[in-house]
Amino acid sequence: MATPLSLKELSKKEILFTPGHRMCAGCGAPIIVKMVLLAADYPVIASNATGCLEVSTCISDYTAWKIPWIHSAFENAAATISGVETMYRSLKKQGKINDEIKFISFGGDGGTYDIGFQSLSGAMERGHDMLYICYDNGAYMNTGIQRSSATPFGADTTTCPAGDVIPGKMQQRKDLTKIMAAHNIPYAAQASPSHWGDLMKKVRKALEIKGPKFMNVIAPCNRGWRSKTDDAITLSRLAVETCCWPLYEIENGNTKITFKPREKKPLVDFLKPQGRFKHLFTPENEWLLKEAQEQVDKNWERLLAEEACFAPKETKEKASKEQ
Amino acid sequence: MARIVAVTGNEAVAEALKQINPDVCAAYPITPQTDMMQRFAGFVSDGKVKTEIILVESEHSSMSACIGASAAGGRVITATSSQGLALMWEMLFIASGLRLPIIMPVVNRALSAPLNIHGDHSDAMGARDAGWIQLWSENTQEAYDNTIQAFRIGEHMDIRLPVIICLDGFIISHSIERIEYIEDSDVRNFVGDFKAVNPLLDIRHPVSYGPLILPDYYMEFMRAHAEPMAKVPKVVLDVAKDFEKISGRKYGLFEAYRLDDAEIGLVILNSAAGTSKDVIDEFRNKGIKAGLLKPRLYRPFPYAEVGEALKHLKAVCVLDRADAFGGSFGPVFIDIAASLYPYKERPFLINKIYGLGGRDYLPEHAALVLDELAEIVKTGKVKTFKEYIGVRE
Ligand SMILES: Cc1ncc(C[n+]2csc(CCOP(=O)(O)OP(=O)(O)O)c2C)c(N)n1
Ligand code: SF4
Ligand SMILES: [Mg+2]
Repeated sequence: MATPLSLKELSKKEILFTPGHRMCAGCGAPIIVKMVLLAADYPVIASNATGCLEVSTCISDYTAWKIPWIHSAFENAAATISGVETMYRSLKKQGKINDEIKFISFGGDGGTYDIGFQSLSGAMERGHDMLYICYDNGAYMNTGIQRSSATPFGADTTTCPAGDVIPGKMQQRKDLTKIMAAHNIPYAAQASPSHWGDLMKKVRKALEIKGPKFMNVIAPCNRGWRSKTDDAITLSRLAVETCCWPLYEIENGNTKITFKPREKKPLVDFLKPQGRFKHLFTPENEWLLKEAQEQVDKNWERLLAEEACFAPKETKEKASKEQ
Repeated sequence: MARIVAVTGNEAVAEALKQINPDVCAAYPITPQTDMMQRFAGFVSDGKVKTEIILVESEHSSMSACIGASAAGGRVITATSSQGLALMWEMLFIASGLRLPIIMPVVNRALSAPLNIHGDHSDAMGARDAGWIQLWSENTQEAYDNTIQAFRIGEHMDIRLPVIICLDGFIISHSIERIEYIEDSDVRNFVGDFKAVNPLLDIRHPVSYGPLILPDYYMEFMRAHAEPMAKVPKVVLDVAKDFEKISGRKYGLFEAYRLDDAEIGLVILNSAAGTSKDVIDEFRNKGIKAGLLKPRLYRPFPYAEVGEALKHLKAVCVLDRADAFGGSFGPVFIDIAASLYPYKERPFLINKIYGLGGRDYLPEHAALVLDELAEIVKTGKVKTFKEYIGVRE
């Protein structure tokens, strides 16, 4: 029986990702991993791409993972777990194994959006029964905050520093969640540790679905974002409430927004507490803030439209009656 | 009872893989290997093997998936050539560093640029220090036999390392030869059941693979890797002894052909050794004491044994089907030089680069080299230590 997703019940479960790992205090990534493993009511085997999460959680002879775990390289967490999952199917078919096991990959944004993109796309297309979870902190943090294709527009990183001529990153983020959904996989979703119930529900749902699943989870990094150490949850909540990180899922092609803020906050609420956006708050860079807000608005509008377009028939009819 | 068949190298290796019936296979096309994995995929589709096949989107993912599958706890294969092996390079070290006995035939082919699909050894030479065992094969029979023995060697409890089996692209992979297949049941009994060590799928005993190890322990870890490597030659010989019982064919660390009383000799890998042996016979008929050494276990290289086998010769030419571009000699030459270095009295040593990108190696090439060696013995003088042969200047 599934553990009810209540704090009371969850607090009785064993934490399979132990404290004492060496991620920075206040890092978003380990919070996410803990939630994911708590949500799972099955034995899980995980692969991990090289990155902050990997280097800080398994330093010989210590490991923070109480589940079977494998790190092989940076760009191949998906391919690696696809091998584990295939061996599982082979041995199960041969009657050599009976357990019901779930397979999860963890990768940072660099390891997922960029260098691991091909491996991820391939594994999803092949249809392995696996859940890939990207913890997106918006840069290559482990190597010292370099720009990735997930870095938000305008952000200051060590390879796109806000300088006298170029004011930070000049490109929009790659919309990876949509790209993964375009693989026609049964489930793709976006989540945030601020909305833990939503996140855990999504993990649970994903693990019940057979086939390839993808989740993208915003993972505040106080080093790279230059924010306060105790701001991870606040900032991830602001990302959701400003709609720059909307919470939604695409299940069998149908888009559903799982959290709609009653009042959409202005993007600056999310940007202001972060040092990486500090340079945007000068008069000469005002246009950047405006453009960033416009991008968020446009993407949010499009997401709403997608939801309306793919909504099941009854809800659509209901919506038109209400109008 | 052996079955006598007329098959290509790719076909024979695919047959060996079918007889072994691995748990997982990852495959990606590249000439001249493609046909081998295609055949194997056919066995999967026809239910002739229990194997689950992963048709990956690149060789990088192929080796990554093999690593995941092997760590999960089962028998794993893939195959590649040239650019595919080059793309795997990063993962080769990880497969061996994690001590995963993955078995991989490599159908040797030249490396780009310029693009060339034909046989030479530059691909496998680029992987020679990746911590994998390498077995090289002169012909289709040897490729088949080496493939079967590779599982016993790599999976041996003292070893647990991945193995590459080399065979020459097109010359062997696509040419039909008469060979003997061993009975399925004999192959199966010879190879035995796979024994998993720390499998990921054992959820009751969770293990972490691929930790970060910093300067405090990295070096001990590397030394620990060198130890099983040192044990490989003995295991190769033990496995060969058992293999002889089911096949009647003898294998060693290398083949020494008419070497015992030889004064001049060639060292050469793979298919060109066959051509060379014919020419050596001709020289012997003329009363010239010529011989040949053909390495089989190329990694780890049996330096002491090879040195011992060559030390009494007066002049030796190492023929390399790859250049090392280090401003120095071909890769095999460097190993032979190292194996002869401990001896005060040692042969003159010269190096020829031949057959790159599928350029034919002809009997007259071998004859010219042997003539040159005879001349060196006579005059005590070496004209050129290294040169390309069969090339337009
Ligand atoms: C092939 C390869 N290229 C580069 C690196 C160096 N590298 C290691 S971790 C890392 C950054 C990881 O970034 P991300 O995936 O976003 O994870 P994060 O560290 O931010 O959690 C880089 C560039 C590597 N290990 N392997
Ligand atoms: S650098 Fe950022 S992502 Fe990495 S451990 Fe520290 S807070 Fe977490
Ligand atoms: Mg990152």
